[in-house]
Amino acid sequence: MTIASSSPPPSLPLSGAEGVLNGTKTRGRRAREEQGDARLAALFVAPAMLGFLVFLLWPTLRGIYLSFTRYNLLTPAQWVGLDNYVRMVHDPIFWDSLKVTVEYVVINIGVQTAAALAIAVLLQRLTQSAVLRGIVLTPYLMSNVVAGVVWLWILDTQLGIGNQIIGALGFGHIPFLADENWAIPTIALINVWRHVGYTALLLFAGLMAIPNDVYEAAKVDGASEWRMFWRITMPLLRPVLAVVLIMTVIGSFQVFDTVAVTTAGGPANATNVLQYYIYGAAFGRFQFGYASAMSVALLVVLSAITFIQYRLTRAGQSDLG
Amino acid sequence: MTAVATTTTVRPTGRRPSVGRMAAWAVMAAIVLITLLPFYWILRTALSTNTALAAHPGDPLPAGLTTGGFERALGLQSTKEAIAQGGAGGGLKFWRYLLNSVVVSTLITVCQIFFSSMAAYAFARLKWRGRDKVFGLFLAGLMVPAIFTLLPNFVLIKELHLVDTLLGIALPTMFMTPFAVFFLRQFFMNVPREVEEAALLDGAGKIRIFFRVMLPMAATPVLTLGVLTYITSWNDYFWPLMVSYSDSSRVLTVALAIFRAQTPQTGYDWSGLMAATLIAALPMLVLFGFFARRIVSTISFTGIK
Repeated sequence: MTIASSSPPPSLPLSGAEGVLNGTKTRGRRAREEQGDARLAALFVAPAMLGFLVFLLWPTLRGIYLSFTRYNLLTPAQWVGLDNYVRMVHDPIFWDSLKVTVEYVVINIGVQTAAALAIAVLLQRLTQSAVLRGIVLTPYLMSNVVAGVVWLWILDTQLGIGNQIIGALGFGHIPFLADENWAIPTIALINVWRHVGYTALLLFAGLMAIPNDVYEAAKVDGASEWRMFWRITMPLLRPVLAVVLIMTVIGSFQVFDTVAVTTAGGPANATNVLQYYIYGAAFGRFQFGYASAMSVALLVVLSAITFIQYRLTRAGQSDLG
Repeated sequence: MTAVATTTTVRPTGRRPSVGRMAAWAVMAAIVLITLLPFYWILRTALSTNTALAAHPGDPLPAGLTTGGFERALGLQSTKEAIAQGGAGGGLKFWRYLLNSVVVSTLITVCQIFFSSMAAYAFARLKWRGRDKVFGLFLAGLMVPAIFTLLPNFVLIKELHLVDTLLGIALPTMFMTPFAVFFLRQFFMNVPREVEEAALLDGAGKIRIFFRVMLPMAATPVLTLGVLTYITSWNDYFWPLMVSYSDSSRVLTVALAIFRAQTPQTGYDWSGLMAATLIAALPMLVLFGFFARRIVSTISFTGIK
């Protein structure tokens, strides 16, 4: 909000580079200090800047360029204009994978946000034990690959303990990852298991910012926990919740690992999420241009969603203070 | 994860636990159970034999107690032995992958945190022209999702002839992430000016101040960020999968996925798989065990990320 005030006033006759060039010696101590600062800053920022330019900015521009080319890694990229995009629009598998991805994101984010919120509130209102917080975080220490393999085993149709329990309860076995209808919800829930603790801790941080006396006052007025949740916790947590939601949605759209390990896109393309399809196009069929075009599409979708979410949730505004 | 740091609780004093409170505790217990049971199940399966697993799938204790699964995962069994016990018999060098994972994660973590904290200090505490504009550029980098830069970065790594090397895996995140810079800058901004000024009066230079005063003061956030970076790079799968083709650069996540894909005709080698899973996950559990309290409180008070 105060962008203007944070930039240095333009009237100051400083600027390290100019000072060095002019060689003027009639400067105050402060100016000399700032000149030294500039040199040191250049030194300190240089490595990070190198990384930023080479591995973030350049690849971003290059990815956009490649999306307009035909490129198989072996021969130089060949400019084909909008061909890749035209092809994408007419590619039913692309639309299917987009649909599957959205389906995944909706289930994953819906369940994860609700569960994380519940855990965070329980952690805040019931106990603030660091041990419990640590336990909740443990699945986050696993890789998606490990989580995928473990749940593949637990949910195995014949021998998995999950299906054993379901069988013991008198239900039939469920082919969680082998059935077209079950596969995406199952993968979404596996990833909820891995990530929910981390999300819960982020929300918990937001809850800790709510002053305790607000709750005390409400309690004196005889408000129930349920009422306090809706009248105090939810409104005051809103900005934090909004930011966490934006972050997790972006992360959720990039699902790949769990799919690669558990179903490899199957059965019958039912879990062929966008990133898996992009990977297949690039490394299975060496269509780097087409894969880049789909990445650009994903980037556009993500930017649009972020923008809309930001607006809808008024993420930048706070109700506190 | 031992000592409990129970901070100010909001527990109402002198009131008996209500029904709602007990229900809430029951929910909490269920959450803990769902969180932790898979870990036990990994261990239980890893210590079982495949034949006994098929006979007693629901047995809570290891079926036919054996360390065969671990021997198979670590490549200590002969092919014949491995196949007899339900393994695929393919050669996997888990020690090698473990070492690769350690090298890559250490390289990324140490360099990234070091370079990012230097940049963060320059953005937070040094005065230079264009500072806010450059920082704005870094912030914009936060918006670019990882998936977008992966393909072009692969092309770049290939052009640098670093495909299938550990450096190739580490390079893209070795210098910085916008988040690390952003997070550490936030911390440096909050260090009182007086601390720096006192050191300046003592005749210390800015470089000295950074290394001797600011960096030690930032020990906790740096440690938390470091451990989280380590875990993230240890668990990364997509990028190493793109870049590494052979044992020389294969990391544990990729090796585990390959181990999983080597399904023998008879069905999955579950005990071997779970042993391999445990080998891949154990170092992070141990690392977390050491720093759990600090990390958990840093995340839950600053909302890191």
